[in-house]
Amino acid sequence: MKARVTVMLKPGVLDVQGEAVRHALGGLGFAGVNGVRQGKVIELDLAESDRAKAEAAVTAMCEKLLANTVIESYRIELL
Amino acid sequence: MKAAVVTFPGSNCDRDLAEGFARAGFDVARVWHKETELPAGTDVVGVPGGFSFGDYLRCGAIAAQSPIARAIAVHAGRGGYVLGICNGFQVLTEMRLLPGALMRNAGLKFLCKTVTLKVATTDSAFTSAYARGQAIDIPIAHHDGNYTVDAEGLARLKGEDRIAFTYVQNPNGAMADIAGVLSDNRRVLGMMPHPERAVDPATGGSDGLGLFRSLLGGMALA
Repeated sequence: MKARVTVMLKPGVLDVQGEAVRHALGGLGFAGVNGVRQGKVIELDLAESDRAKAEAAVTAMCEKLLANTVIESYRIELL
Repeated sequence: MKAAVVTFPGSNCDRDLAEGFARAGFDVARVWHKETELPAGTDVVGVPGGFSFGDYLRCGAIAAQSPIARAIAVHAGRGGYVLGICNGFQVLTEMRLLPGALMRNAGLKFLCKTVTLKVATTDSAFTSAYARGQAIDIPIAHHDGNYTVDAEGLARLKGEDRIAFTYVQNPNGAMADIAGVLSDNRRVLGMMPHPERAVDPATGGSDGLGLFRSLLGGMALA
């Protein structure tokens, strides 16, 4: 089973890189971009075939390593 | 007093940190990240600056899961001293030995220069040889030194006098100008600036030596 984890800065945490991208888009003439948030996508190829077990395992991976929950949130999709 | 300085793949301040401890009079051992135990009798662990594991995933995240990190957590858990500098500070926040996180500098640039810090508390073994409010010149060299902590955490740090150093001119956007913070038992210090790069007047001043001397004196009393 494959899983896709999306890690984003939590709402309210200033994303200085996203802001820089927003400014750059404005400089290129793309008007009306009110905000940019930059995150990361992590794809996992899992041996587990049980969805519930896979989701529990990936949640543990996120809590322990893939996200820093002090500043980041994560979303898990099983594919 | 015995110091153990850890080396991860990508550490680049480990020799300087060992030198800082040695100049103050510590016996220094060097420890590879795959070790599962610290040398017997270790009083303080130094977690050095650099780019452990290439800063992959997040700065310090992979190092925080290494075998030696578990030994450092045990050492800290029984009241041992830990000093994390720059990437070492990032590792200690990733290990949750210190609150908050280090984010990308607000100006997005890697900063490499000497800055002036204010010694915000002398109530720690790391800072007791300084005067409260003393200005010291210490180099910084980081891309991710923008200290962030939630409002409750910041209130605790302030209320418990756990902000060790602040920037006189904030270079990186760090919340409340924070350059270094202490754990709740005051025995773990993380800081972005590099005191180990300021231990010799011939190479950039000696304002950092006070930290290592404080520690040697403070630990002898503890």
